[in-house]
Amino acid sequence: MKFGVIVFPGSNCDHDAYHVISKHVGQPVDFVWHKETDLSSYDAVIVPGGFSYGDYLRAGALAHFSPIMKAIKDFAAKGKFVFGVCNGFQILCESGLLPGALMRNRSLHFVCRHVNIKVENDKTPYTSELEKGEILSIPIAHAEGNYVCDNETLAELEKNNQIIFRYCDENGEISDEANPNGSRNSIAGISNKEGNILGMMPHPERACEELLGSNDGRDIFRSLTNAITDLAEK
Amino acid sequence: MKAKVYVTLKPSVLDPQGKAIQHSVELLGFENVADIRQGKYFEIALDSNLSETEAQTTTEKIAREVLANPVIEDYRVEIVQ
Repeated sequence: MKFGVIVFPGSNCDHDAYHVISKHVGQPVDFVWHKETDLSSYDAVIVPGGFSYGDYLRAGALAHFSPIMKAIKDFAAKGKFVFGVCNGFQILCESGLLPGALMRNRSLHFVCRHVNIKVENDKTPYTSELEKGEILSIPIAHAEGNYVCDNETLAELEKNNQIIFRYCDENGEISDEANPNGSRNSIAGISNKEGNILGMMPHPERACEELLGSNDGRDIFRSLTNAITDLAEK
Repeated sequence: MKAKVYVTLKPSVLDPQGKAIQHSVELLGFENVADIRQGKYFEIALDSNLSETEAQTTTEKIAREVLANPVIEDYRVEIVQ
């Protein structure tokens, strides 16, 4: 099993992701520079957070044209796992690997704090170690996390159980007050229809150690590791 | 030859930045401002040997594939000699 952490100019959560995979998941992991074009030695790639290309034009827009993205599309088409966090989620949306787009937060502020998110689907490669309805405390740190899509896309996402995480309060109630950025239907993370691509604004790689205030992110990486093992055995 | 591209949010998409600008404009005492929406403007210098049709086609393609995100934005292209 081997993980790749994609590095764009301006990525800044790449080392956090690398640390979690090597230390807590305990699996081999490489940094993969965005000019690479071969992902054949990997089972899963993480598209990390940060400000790829300085967020010029739109967050994630220019990273979409990096050579590695063609490789990521082929990789995903083979059913391999692609996990985008924060700027990684924005890049996956800009690339069309996930539907919708992430816009400026409703408040216009950069929001950096722990939020609660609710597991909406526990039958995915990223959530099998979690229970539906479980509440996780995971930090967010973004100015463009306001998820938007048209009504048709939203209906599809709801129908196919592609909404994996929603923002909620500490009791699991989903409300406007508990929505930190104005995302439609409080969406914090979505998958593609096949389930092998996940994008989420909260940072589970920053929530894998008690010292950092929460280790709720670990179960997401543990689920992914199990999914990779299952896929390899098939 | 020059191309001008205007990228604007689709009417159905809320524009929190535009709203904040409108608020400031109103605070300054400007009246009769019903709405402000923020967009982007690009000037592209094109090779002078392109015909106007070629310039239009190329710029439309650039606008569609790079400058605008069709999920949330519309674009308009103008070719200037």
